[in-house]
Amino acid sequence: MVGGVAGGLSARFGIDANALRLLFAVLAIADGSGFALYVLAWLVMARQGESTSIARRATTDRGAIALGLAFATVLGCLLLALGALGLGFAASLIWPVSFGAAGLVLVWRDASQDERAFLRQVIEQAPVPGMPDRQTRRVLVGRIVVGIALVAAGLGGLVATRHPTGATLEGVASAAVVITGFLVVFGPWWLALARDLAVERRQRVRTQERADMAAAIHDSVLQTLALIQRSSGDPREVTRLARVQERELRAWLFEGRPPGSFDASEVATLAQGVAVIESEVEENHGVAVESVVVGDCALDEDLRALLAAGREAAVNAAVWSGATTVSVFVEVEPTRVSLFVRDRGRGFDPGAVVEGHRGISDSIRARMARHGGTVDIRSVPGEGTEVELVMARPDVRP
Amino acid sequence: MSTGRPLRVFLVDDHRLFRAGVRAELGPEVEVVGEADEVAAAIELIGERLPDVVLVDVHMPDGGGQAVIAAVGLAHPEVRFLALSVSDAAEDVIGVIRAGARGYVTKTISGAELTDAIVRVADGDAVFSPRLAGFVLDAFAADPAVAGGATVTFDPELDQLTPREREVLRLIARGYAYKEVARELSISIKTVESHVSAVLRKLQLSSRHQLTRWASERRLL
Repeated sequence: MVGGVAGGLSARFGIDANALRLLFAVLAIADGSGFALYVLAWLVMARQGESTSIARRATTDRGAIALGLAFATVLGCLLLALGALGLGFAASLIWPVSFGAAGLVLVWRDASQDERAFLRQVIEQAPVPGMPDRQTRRVLVGRIVVGIALVAAGLGGLVATRHPTGATLEGVASAAVVITGFLVVFGPWWLALARDLAVERRQRVRTQERADMAAAIHDSVLQTLALIQRSSGDPREVTRLARVQERELRAWLFEGRPPGSFDASEVATLAQGVAVIESEVEENHGVAVESVVVGDCALDEDLRALLAAGREAAVNAAVWSGATTVSVFVEVEPTRVSLFVRDRGRGFDPGAVVEGHRGISDSIRARMARHGGTVDIRSVPGEGTEVELVMARPDVRP
Repeated sequence: MSTGRPLRVFLVDDHRLFRAGVRAELGPEVEVVGEADEVAAAIELIGERLPDVVLVDVHMPDGGGQAVIAAVGLAHPEVRFLALSVSDAAEDVIGVIRAGARGYVTKTISGAELTDAIVRVADGDAVFSPRLAGFVLDAFAADPAVAGGATVTFDPELDQLTPREREVLRLIARGYAYKEVARELSISIKTVESHVSAVLRKLQLSSRHQLTRWASERRLL
């Protein structure tokens, strides 16, 4: 259900998937081994349609291995301490749980883009109370204080009610010694890891910003330059294009309004956004746009990205396909929004898109992927092209 | 019906230039047997000449295409109507279809496509433009149980689209021609036509709560 392991095994060996799920669940509850086995299988089995397993990819990702080990040792310490406190069952969980947790870290780090998007969705939809989402610092501090108080009270209770002779105290003391040992050995390493993580995250943010910027420049400046080359015989058209582009760039650099952004003050709903695409493409590229919108909803960041990708697809159709009409169809369903752009133009071979023409890969595919959407491009040379964009809607209230 | 003699077509539009344009663009399968530029004259002339298909503009003084369809339809149910409009707005589309038109196309349609649409309507099929398909999907979208149609008797035969009909309409809305829809769904063109005709029937006869409410929200009916 989560990693698709049971489904995969049943497909491979012909065993009922639900029986496997039950087996994993029973083993996980009994002594934790079901959990570890599940994660192990998740790691070594290649996902359907992918050639390498997560484990294969993880062997080259040293950061992930280090992180997994660190996580496992921390968890191990915790369970060891519980075991020492006389909660015996916890001790038996140490190995499978630590191992499984380490495996999960690898899964998270090295899952493919699609799988990770799916996992993120699963996690976001899970009804976990108090995910540290938009909590104020004060609430967080309060929770930590209460938590520590509870742990202290619990320990005190344990010590007081059970062996006044000190058997438990001995246990606690020995656990403390073990944990101190771990701290001394692994502490600096944990710190370094945490620092690395922070650096990595900052880099990722920077990469994302650069990708957004590249997509924006492509949609505006590069498209205009291509248009100018195509209409070089018409000086007035060239001047017009250059002026429009100049205005757009100024708005971006001095007013912070990125080109092609669907401005929140002007475009509030999906249908309005489609209308903007229709008029822009008709005006700038001289083709008819036939747009059909079924249903409507307010725009969020993801849907604005969907519109931007859709406009790029429409512009591509207008500029490159040679068709005189471009069809745009948008349907809002309870759980997703799909956008189709279709032309009956010359079509192309999607596998042979020239490197350097970044439109499809950056402005459409990467943009949709960053926002958790999917892209399907079908094109037959001589018959036309259809681009299908789908964005899930997680925030639906009935 | 479409074989042998050319189809007899009547034009109703208050723009003379547009009528002349249509006349010039129509293919040899079609013969224009008359035209009118206002509602009363149209009703009278159509009754006299009994064409196979009437091309009727939605926007005209004195009730527009809807009035023509309603008046002629009572006396001569064998005359078929194809509605034309520049605006392609919801209020036009549903109104003329429910009055009895068998199809709806925009005035931007090419001559060849228009001829094709006329032949189709004469054969008793329905002609759905992408936007009309979109309107129908929209109007029949919500689950009737949720939308509070409790006081109205709900007839699943009339008030709901089948999944297949929905698929066909989606493809039409995406810009697929009938034959492309047929290929995409691996069914025959005849089957596509019968799905679309079934949808047209539902659209005309359904007393569906949503449809009336949907329409009134967009100021129609």
